[in-house]
Amino acid sequence: MGPGMGGSINKINVGGAWTTIVHASTSKHVAPAEQRNKLCRYMKMLSRKATCHSHGQDSSYFLGLQEYEKNPYHEVHNPSGIIQMGLAENQLSFDLIESWLSRNSDRTNFIENGRSIFRDLALFQDYHGLPAFKKADENLNLAVNINSQVLAEFVEEIRGNKVRFDPNKLVLTAGATSANETLIFCLAEPGEAFLVPTPYYPGFDRDLKWRTEVEIVPVHCSSLNHFRLTKSALEEAYQQAQKLKLKVKGVLITNPSNPLGTTMTKDELHHLITFAVAKEIHIVSDEIYSGTVFDSPSFVSVIEAAKIKYPKDTTLWSRIHIVYSLSKDLGLPGFRVGMIYSNNEAVISAATKMSSFGLVSSQTQYLLSKILGDRKFTKYYIKENQRRVKKRHEMLVLGLKKAGIRCLKSNAGLFCWVDMRHLLRTSTFDAEMELWKKIVCEVGLNISPGSSCHCSEPGWFRVCFSNMSKETLNLSMQRIKAFVDSINGGRYGQNDARSLCSSRSKKVTCYMGFIIVKICLST
Amino acid sequence: MALMLRNQEHFLSKIATNNGHGEDSPYFDGWKAYDSDPYHHTKNPKGVIQMGLAENQLSFDLIQDWIMNNPRASICTAEGADDFKDIAIYQDYHGLPEFRNAIAKFMGKVRGDMATFDPDRIVMSGGATGAHETMVFCLADPGDAFLVPTPYYAGFDRDLRWRTGAQLVPVICDSSNNFTVTRDALEAAYTKAQEAKIKVKGLLITNPSNPLGTILDRETLKSIVRFTDEKNIHLVSDEIYAATVFKRPSFISIAEILEEQDMEGINRDLMHIVYSLSKDMGFPGFRIGILYSYNDAVVSCARKMSSFGLVSTQTQHLIASMLSDDHFVDKFIIESKHRLAKRHGVFTKGLEQVGIGSLESNAGLFFWMDLRRLLSEATVEAEMALWRIIIKEVKLNVSPGSSFHCSEPGWFRVCFANMDDETMRVALRRIKTFVLQTKGGQEASAKKQCRRQRLQVSLSFRRMEDIMMTPHLIMTPHSPICSSPLVRART
Repeated sequence: MGPGMGGSINKINVGGAWTTIVHASTSKHVAPAEQRNKLCRYMKMLSRKATCHSHGQDSSYFLGLQEYEKNPYHEVHNPSGIIQMGLAENQLSFDLIESWLSRNSDRTNFIENGRSIFRDLALFQDYHGLPAFKKADENLNLAVNINSQVLAEFVEEIRGNKVRFDPNKLVLTAGATSANETLIFCLAEPGEAFLVPTPYYPGFDRDLKWRTEVEIVPVHCSSLNHFRLTKSALEEAYQQAQKLKLKVKGVLITNPSNPLGTTMTKDELHHLITFAVAKEIHIVSDEIYSGTVFDSPSFVSVIEAAKIKYPKDTTLWSRIHIVYSLSKDLGLPGFRVGMIYSNNEAVISAATKMSSFGLVSSQTQYLLSKILGDRKFTKYYIKENQRRVKKRHEMLVLGLKKAGIRCLKSNAGLFCWVDMRHLLRTSTFDAEMELWKKIVCEVGLNISPGSSCHCSEPGWFRVCFSNMSKETLNLSMQRIKAFVDSINGGRYGQNDARSLCSSRSKKVTCYMGFIIVKICLST
Repeated sequence: MALMLRNQEHFLSKIATNNGHGEDSPYFDGWKAYDSDPYHHTKNPKGVIQMGLAENQLSFDLIQDWIMNNPRASICTAEGADDFKDIAIYQDYHGLPEFRNAIAKFMGKVRGDMATFDPDRIVMSGGATGAHETMVFCLADPGDAFLVPTPYYAGFDRDLRWRTGAQLVPVICDSSNNFTVTRDALEAAYTKAQEAKIKVKGLLITNPSNPLGTILDRETLKSIVRFTDEKNIHLVSDEIYAATVFKRPSFISIAEILEEQDMEGINRDLMHIVYSLSKDMGFPGFRIGILYSYNDAVVSCARKMSSFGLVSTQTQHLIASMLSDDHFVDKFIIESKHRLAKRHGVFTKGLEQVGIGSLESNAGLFFWMDLRRLLSEATVEAEMALWRIIIKEVKLNVSPGSSFHCSEPGWFRVCFANMDDETMRVALRRIKTFVLQTKGGQEASAKKQCRRQRLQVSLSFRRMEDIMMTPHLIMTPHSPICSSPLVRART
């Protein structure tokens, strides 16, 4: 990034590779030459993983988060600061959990049957999950325990109780981050590949590739059909992998999608399943947003679709794996509660052992077993949370519409996939970056550019809406409107007299701007 | 079923289907025996007593009291619920600042304030298990190796190698010098690796040692630091048992060594510490692992990797509160050591009475028991045979030295801090009975007379030779070596 981003990022060329130096909080300021020498020495002493960029954290997605950290908005202390719209957090329903806690403090104070169980919790490190409540009919290897059971029931509830989840087939992990990495470790060798439809969550570059050394081959989805997954896109990606001599081990989908906010249709699921059957590969379905579906069509998991389409093909089912987490639905990302669900015993066995590297704190398991164990509460929570997400979503869509900006029609997630193609100077990723920098630095909104999500078309942005108050959201809408108005006031026009859209820039303000601009850009 | 498993495995990675997880090792067999027949005072008094799990259960009452008196530290109480939202949302991999500050302060206290720790260099991980794996991911490529002195914690085979693809090269230590890590042993291991064309990236030491329960003295530490510095390889010091040093000499961390004047020229970029609260405070369930590095790039990389195993913020919050309570921490550290010392003393003295010695130790949650004279021959097979008897007949899950890659058969790690007093008495009784019932039993009572002079002589090399030369002979009271009894703990 250039000096416009605050000068905190420098790129240097070391041995032919461009390396980004982000000032670590521990290092004092050193002169550039000294820093280069130090870095050269470092790079020989550390692993490749430590010195390459597969951690993906040089992406604009993370850089935007950093810019926000430097100048965060606060309604009183920093009213002109950057509003965080790049973090898909659910802050809408905390009051529900807080009031549950205050009503149930006697159930969460580590006392059971009059006896303190603190000690049992503190000691507990079995990777099967909390043991203190083991059922009588357990078998040694796959103990049923309350925590897996309540989690399984919660997951069922979210899916409208249409599918059964067997607690024995569940592995607890430290967040979905760890679940995804663990699954990749189990399913692919270094150098092999997973197909991932674009646009996708920027964190996958780290979670799926970094330490596993597995490659991602993108499956390009296009706005022409609302970014739906098609048979031909899957085939094309597979051919591409073959060309690159990469063995494809599976497809990883996010359903509901991040960043699109859409649930996969039955057709998409069928294409995917047929493809996976034909190629004999795995399907990993990251369903972390499944509790945020607020509108029709209702959520259908790939495992449900597979059981309907191939009711007897147990081999197929053993190649479908689900990832879930409480970070989005319950809004508890700090607690690091993720899970892998699979019908494949070998995967469960291996993943369980690997979970040693990232178990869920027993203190947290205990708290959650209490909250999730209250079925009445969870039923209510799920419905109410969905209602609030829907309301917020509507607010954002309407607010953007007033500024002449359209979003992809969506029915889930904590964000909108916003179409700002008409605001680009040219239909390029450079122009997208330019627009993005303006929006972050001048307008003061940290939104995520589509390129950071590997979108194949420039001009799309992910804008989150559930991690702030209503007032802050309104303010962000006002800022966007003011920005768009200022563009139409001629700033863009003055600089780009000869650009494709300059003579038509006035049409951007038209209420139906989206369609017209699209036509303009294509002429 | 087995066929289905095999078919399912066909689609998985090698990592998922090999046994790099190490759970087929005998170390875990003992656990399984315990799991299927666990001891209980009343419900299962003939069950297996767990002495293979290095847990610190002696001081929970102190912590429970603190928690009762500090409801604000828990976000689930009326007093603490205000913090709930901020804590539940916080997922920054830097960790709560108050958590890092509290950990840095605690680490300093545990080292007698002989070293200070910078909170900005503290990186979280999923327990020390996660910290070790992350460290290797940062420092080594697949195929690279770490030197590790034997005997070492069985879990390292998994933590350092399984998903990282790294290798371990043992640095052989033996009882001739109380298993000290010598320069010669380090050089020998390094040379061996070079000859096998294995690239050595670092040395991992555990100090205080698991399974030995001993600490490294100043000179040994300096010699180790000089060795790694000369070879330009990393030094990772696992100090997870630092606060379990229950009697003198006091613990010396490499953090302290680095502050010494004659260590000024040492390259700090090669120095790293792994820590955890699982042993010192007895919180393995809370998964509080810490990676501390003097190398900025490692801190930066490890921090990104910590996303794969962050500490739950609920737990960070609790720990931050607890460890900032100076009065509590000071009291806890002293009392915990006192209880560990007492427990250690009871066991080692009790065993001496029946002629069983152990390596002289002053730390850890276990002692290194010497059963060599009970072996029919000095081989691993004999050790495993003896171990199976101990599990099945004596009903104690102790860990055989071979599972720690010990080069000498006959040593066993016995954990003593994970049971109450009653269980401890039962365990001791069982051991005594077993020993007295075997051939060695008769010598034991005779040995008691030899030992009245309370000699505290460590095992000499010559004596070692004697034992090795007469593998089939269990020592008799008339043996010329009666006058130099087995190594035992100081009382």
